[in-house]
Amino acid sequence: MKDFHYLKNVTTLQLQKERCIGCGRCLEVCPHQVFVLQGTKAAIALRDDCMECGACQLNCPVTAISVDAGVGCATGLINDWLSEHNLRAPGGDCCS
Amino acid sequence: MKIRSIKKIEKRSTSSCCPPSSSCCPPAAPAATEKPPCCGPPATTRGGAISEEVPGFLRWLPTASGRVPQIATELTWSDHLGACKARWGIGRMHYLVPPGLYAIGSPDADAPVLVTANYKMSYDILRRTLHGRNLWLLVLETFGVNVWCAAGKGTFGTGELLTQINASNLAAIVNHRQLILPILGAPGVAAHEIKKQSGFTVRYGTIRAADLPAYLDNGLVTTPAMRELTFSLYERLVLLPVEIVHAAKSAAIITLLLFLLGYFSSGSTAAGRMIFAYLGALYTGIVVGPLLLPWLPGRSFAVKGASVGLLWALLCYQLIGGDLNIPQTLAAFLALPAVSAFYTLNFTGCTTYTSPNGVKKEMRLAMPLMGLAILVSGVLLAVGQWLVGKG
Repeated sequence: MKDFHYLKNVTTLQLQKERCIGCGRCLEVCPHQVFVLQGTKAAIALRDDCMECGACQLNCPVTAISVDAGVGCATGLINDWLSEHNLRAPGGDCCS
Repeated sequence: MKIRSIKKIEKRSTSSCCPPSSSCCPPAAPAATEKPPCCGPPATTRGGAISEEVPGFLRWLPTASGRVPQIATELTWSDHLGACKARWGIGRMHYLVPPGLYAIGSPDADAPVLVTANYKMSYDILRRTLHGRNLWLLVLETFGVNVWCAAGKGTFGTGELLTQINASNLAAIVNHRQLILPILGAPGVAAHEIKKQSGFTVRYGTIRAADLPAYLDNGLVTTPAMRELTFSLYERLVLLPVEIVHAAKSAAIITLLLFLLGYFSSGSTAAGRMIFAYLGALYTGIVVGPLLLPWLPGRSFAVKGASVGLLWALLCYQLIGGDLNIPQTLAAFLALPAVSAFYTLNFTGCTTYTSPNGVKKEMRLAMPLMGLAILVSGVLLAVGQWLVGKG
């Protein structure tokens, strides 16, 4: 996404290069072109563009990628927090 | 997005929110089925069984394994009306089609198989886009949620795809062993698991349904543009109605509180002004912030929202703030940006580029500041009121 960039230095994305077999799946599934292939290994090129969707982690056949994927909307986080404290959310659901 | 269709082979979920361009909800952990995430009520509405009642039903097509409904590729007036209503959150939780295998045109055993969600907007966008082609459409049970959000919840997922491959007896209907999935479905589906357990190879095609014809004509090669997310003004605009609807309840409660507070402290004019200022800040945060997103300063949505809220505070002051004293003016310039910032921050749920840990970081900083701004603003209003009484 050329025109939109979110906060820097927050993504939890990790690539264990020694496990990588260079299949290229992560390049295929990442909607933000975070990965590139360098020779026979994947590498993280645009780390800060990662939105932690988890597609690369789930589709990596050798579990070389890890990322803390989760819900990213404010209302969802508030709802999660409220439910952790056994409170009820006052209205909203964020998306559907 | 949240939907969201512009986004995927369907999408948008606006949030669900989502489809055609939407996306409303950033994916949750792929396996997080035990805890429905942000996105709305627990999804429990099922699509039912395929019958002659499916949207766009034309006729039954015999296959090597039973009959499959052939569906129209032209949408009717009621399809468009349904999409419009869904955008406004009307009947959205029941806007779905039965899962299973459908035929577009007259596919044979070599025709490609596309996979999508059972959100009706996804289904409609796809069949309209694929007009004039012959292919199979495998619809997963995502409880009426678009591809992007459902992948995040794990319902557009490995298990459900395997279920539908088996239930439709796809292996007997087609000769090849290849499935084309929307790229935004990848957060829910482990391609190598599908291959291992069903023999079908997963190809992630495009993000947008609109790119599918070119993808199919291009020998199933995804060009860089087909995997590039966009978030245009229009794509943002279609996400806003449902956001407005979702905020209506809390807005009504706060409006009532402001009215009571203003009316009993200084009469109906003051109450009206407070409500005007509040609602302006609310819609500034919900509508103006997202529309001006790329042009507002900073990367943080809270900062973007606060900056556009500050503009509203200035405008509001020009319009109705002429006789405010200093504490009251300060109160307005603190509270209004805080209100806008909250609602623009909430729009992170509708984008496809904000990360959960980024949103958490923003919220840890922004929420206490917003609360403090509202609190101080309340004190300042009280002081201002006291000065008015004294003077």
